[in-house]
Amino acid sequence: MSSAPTIEKETRAEEALDLPWHVVVHNDPVNLMSYVTMVFQRVFGYPRDKAERHMLEVHQQGRSILWSGMRERAELYVQQLHGYLLLATIEKVS
Amino acid sequence: MEICRRKNQIEISELDPFLAELLRQIPASAKTEGAPAAEQRIFSPPVNGKETELCAEWKMYVEPELRRLFQTATQTVGADLEQLNGNEKSLASRTLRIPTKHADAWLCALNQARLVIATKNNFTELELNDHLRSPIGSRRDLSLFQVNFYGFLQEFILRELDC
Repeated sequence: MSSAPTIEKETRAEEALDLPWHVVVHNDPVNLMSYVTMVFQRVFGYPRDKAERHMLEVHQQGRSILWSGMRERAELYVQQLHGYLLLATIEKVS
Repeated sequence: MEICRRKNQIEISELDPFLAELLRQIPASAKTEGAPAAEQRIFSPPVNGKETELCAEWKMYVEPELRRLFQTATQTVGADLEQLNGNEKSLASRTLRIPTKHADAWLCALNQARLVIATKNNFTELELNDHLRSPIGSRRDLSLFQVNFYGFLQEFILRELDC
């Protein structure tokens, strides 16, 4: 009986750890469309057509989710994107 | 001005003094000192909202790395631009040769400069897309021309990298 609450607590902690994070790129009127496409290809290894789709989504809708997954990797992607001077953030999946 | 790829170099020839001067200004234009909005844009936060712990860590560990990256790029570009210095005849056209291995540094420095100039001048998307605006009648017009000229160079370098 006494161990039940502990298990529940651990489960919640694991769930919190496993919640994925989004890598979001935001629109920026200065960065060239061709440049943004190249960055998506380089950073995420996406083929050109997929990179262009995301670039257009950023351009037309103001943002695009480029990747979802573990927080550490998401942070690393955002760091790379900032290295290319793109406006990028991580967001916890709600 | 002519721009073309020759083996392992990008060659910008027939550079008149005005365009040569704009090129020389790339490293200086990329500097954010005294322009908090530009600094904020170049070193944007990794989250929207209140993740103060992550932002603090980012400032401490990531930002210095990004500063080094950006500085290295502008230094590389600055060294390439030394070809335009020296005892020039003031009205003579010049040629600049950029090794293709420096292409990434050029893309980075040009992008820094474009972002800093655009932020300092608070250019709107409409202005930035007005490529046919002329003539240059003010300091603001000149800055817009500079942003577009650097963008043109970026486009050319990107096309060459794609080949």
